Amino acid sequence: MSEKEKLLKIQDLSVEYDTEISTVYAVNGLDMELGYGETLGLVGETGAGKTSTALSIIQLLPEGIGFVTSGSIQLDGVDMLNTPEETIRKMRGSTVSMIFQDPMSALNPVMTVGAQIMEVLKIHHPEQSRAQLEARVDEMMELVGIPAKRKTEYPHQFSGGMKQRIVIAVALACEPKLILADEPTTALDVTIQAQMLGLINDLQKRLNTAMILITHDLGVVAQTCEKVMVMYAGEAIEYGTAEDIFETDQRHPYTQGLFNAIPKLNEECDRLEAIEGMMADPTQKPKGCRFADRCKYATAECRAQQPMRQVGPTHYIRCRLFDPMQSAR
Amino acid sequence: MEDKILIEAKNLKKYFKVGANAQLHAVDGVSFTIKKGQTLGVVGESGCGKSTLGRVLLRLYDVTDGQILYDGVDITKMDSKEIRPIRARMQMIFQDPSGSLDPRKSVKELIGEPLKIYKVCKNQEEYDRRIAEIMKTVGLSERYTESFSHELDGGRRQRIGIGRALAMDPEFIVCDEPVSALDVSIQAQILNLLMDLQKEKGLTYIFITHDLSVVKHISHEIMVMYLGQCVEYAKTKDLFANPLHPYTQGLLDAVPIPSLKAKKLSTQIMRGELTSPVDPAPGCRFAARCPYATDACRGKDIPLKEVEPGHFVSCTRF
Amino acid sequence: MENTKKKGLLDRLKSSRVLRVMFGRKIIVVCAVLILVMVLVAIFAPVIAPYDPNKDDLYNVLKGCSAEHWLGTDSNGRDVLSRIIYGARVSFTVGLVAVLISSVIGMALGLISGVAGGVVDSVIMRIMDAMMAVPMLILALFLGAILGQGLFNVCLAIGISMVPQYARITRGQVLSVRNADYVTAGTLCGASRVRNTLVHVFPNCLSANIVTMTASLGGAILAEANLSFLGMGISPPTASWGAMVSGGYKYLSNQPVIAIAPGIAIMIVVLCFNMCGDALRDALDPKLRGTLGNGSKKRRKATKGV
Repeated sequence: MSEKEKLLKIQDLSVEYDTEISTVYAVNGLDMELGYGETLGLVGETGAGKTSTALSIIQLLPEGIGFVTSGSIQLDGVDMLNTPEETIRKMRGSTVSMIFQDPMSALNPVMTVGAQIMEVLKIHHPEQSRAQLEARVDEMMELVGIPAKRKTEYPHQFSGGMKQRIVIAVALACEPKLILADEPTTALDVTIQAQMLGLINDLQKRLNTAMILITHDLGVVAQTCEKVMVMYAGEAIEYGTAEDIFETDQRHPYTQGLFNAIPKLNEECDRLEAIEGMMADPTQKPKGCRFADRCKYATAECRAQQPMRQVGPTHYIRCRLFDPMQSAR
Repeated sequence: MEDKILIEAKNLKKYFKVGANAQLHAVDGVSFTIKKGQTLGVVGESGCGKSTLGRVLLRLYDVTDGQILYDGVDITKMDSKEIRPIRARMQMIFQDPSGSLDPRKSVKELIGEPLKIYKVCKNQEEYDRRIAEIMKTVGLSERYTESFSHELDGGRRQRIGIGRALAMDPEFIVCDEPVSALDVSIQAQILNLLMDLQKEKGLTYIFITHDLSVVKHISHEIMVMYLGQCVEYAKTKDLFANPLHPYTQGLLDAVPIPSLKAKKLSTQIMRGELTSPVDPAPGCRFAARCPYATDACRGKDIPLKEVEPGHFVSCTRF
Repeated sequence: MENTKKKGLLDRLKSSRVLRVMFGRKIIVVCAVLILVMVLVAIFAPVIAPYDPNKDDLYNVLKGCSAEHWLGTDSNGRDVLSRIIYGARVSFTVGLVAVLISSVIGMALGLISGVAGGVVDSVIMRIMDAMMAVPMLILALFLGAILGQGLFNVCLAIGISMVPQYARITRGQVLSVRNADYVTAGTLCGASRVRNTLVHVFPNCLSANIVTMTASLGGAILAEANLSFLGMGISPPTASWGAMVSGGYKYLSNQPVIAIAPGIAIMIVVLCFNMCGDALRDALDPKLRGTLGNGSKKRRKATKGV
């Protein structure tokens, strides 16, 4: 890895949820690094721990239930786990902000959209005059492709896609260094999704914002991200650049399974290759590879702890099938 | 025998009353035929009336206008008594497996409900055997017989939903977004199951989805819907090889393909969003978003035209 | 998950999430135990009560607390403790019967209203609205005046006055449940409307009503006490907490325990039922599922950064 200063550095992060039923191990020993202006696609299925990772970065795990049990998170030089709440509160919105899946519930129905963009600006720039803030609101609205004159309207007067644009405007208003986008297009129709991905990509480049895009859709990742991390049952099982993941013969069996399971629009096939079995039980914490129960290459060896192995200059896989590159590290 | 038409819709319309004088045109003059053992895929974005269409076919809603012929019999005007024997032959698989399963019933009760209502089984033994058989067919392990649906994960729940639909050995199944709530790896399992069942039992499907890659995979014919109307209707191969309607082209361009070599998403066409389906003005409903729209597109409805054998499109450009 | 083979009722009860969440809070356990004790006391009143509650003893009128009469005697020389113990029978009977009457009628009306819709719905709900517009106690007083005194009539009066809340809740539930996919699925299985309503709609309306039942038990007991206090309730000399407060408050200055003791009994029972009702509502609310924590107070934080 380069010596360049990193925006985000996560080491050995573990997140647990204590619910009335049982303890859920949502994230287990996750390492992640992200440079300024980079985009990372966080791919995985339900229960892979993607959202928990994002929530622990912004320190918004559900109070009293979700806990970071080990590890460290450094965001823009701040140790997020050992910093007073007050400081973190100031960072939310200005250094890091989040876009949620459902634009319908992310906006307050009784506030005009302009006021909602204004809200975040007021919190982080109390020194600016009203006129300055108003001008900034107009600018943000235009930036996400909505005429500024519509800022006096309420969320219900906008369609789903338009609402998501407003959500993006709120998230970007203070020009954060990192955006956490949690399935930002899953609730939208494909044509609107295409517009939205275009918009996010465009803004992200223009403002040089780093982004973690959480999705289950490999297609979305291919279209938007430079780096990709595949998660399974709370662990990162593969990590690399988009080229490493999409144009390679070396893939984690799970990643390969995901690719095979998607019906392809651009090629013919009679039968999909499904990954048999179900998602691993998140209340268990086995020592070895979590995918072993569903993996056709699994042997007794897989039951022992599997480290991340470097298989290419920027490509890491957590699987015993791959020989680690000798030269690196 | 192979080419027997099982279900035919003729100029089917379903309007919902919204407010005093306004009507929402959910399905507005749709016609199609499905041959026995085939799958018709219905694609469109949210609000295009595809789910309503499925429910109208099952007569869960009354028909505003038009005709539904099931196996040559007109079921459009049948009352609930007359439709009962036909209902046993048509079923539905729902999008949200947890929403379509009564949370207070065990797997056995859920799958067995239709058997009980139609009094198919002579005794308890036959009933139990039949349920075991169905569970095996849909790949549910026997140990879940007494489980409740919320104790199982999405994939298994959807299997219960399919098992329930299969209990009466139907010929025709409306699949309403059956895989869109599932993870990709599970989605593939369920799609494979549906295709196997079709081969095995000669089932006829109407497969409603917003996902073009899924519909391409499973359908023999595809109908693309936009605001209650069919804009393009063709054999799957023809549609993907040669999409004619600008909306179909836009949809295809908008699907993100999991490959870096694929061309980047085109955001050129399809700028705007769906217009309102409430009392739409006559004319092509896509005109407001269409890059090729001319005056000819507005003012009067555009009929479906057969551009090549079996390939219909409603667009003034053809 | 893997071991979901056939389970006995007891096992289901033990593993019931609802019960576990509910009794995760200690105060609720205390309330439940108190209610249980009260119920047992009511059932075994003849065994427990030291004196006959209705026997006048004019030599021992308005005695204070003593070893013989723990809570003293009232103006007729009757033992207050014994009367409170017997009064519990009235209170619980009224509570249970009134809630039973109101919930059965109310749920039936709500179900009919929600499923039938249209004119039937409008007529039923407008009547319910009219009833709701009158305060519950006034309505019970009015009905009590028509029906006359007596235990059953009091139950009926209170029961009828509580019908609208059940009807409203049930109707609301029916409206949200009747379009659920599983009801549609029932229709597709060939189920008739009646069967669909009874098998799929009704059971799914129950949980909201159960919560109301628990909470309104306290309300019914309080209403009976109020009616008896106003002299419209149980006919004397039957012991009733409300009537005791009413009879005792004249002596509040010299013998306060006669009025206060039954008052405290009312307060405890009503409070316990309401607390349990609230806890049950929280436990049953699927929206709160997974947000209540496991009850343990531990707060964990990551150890120092690496």
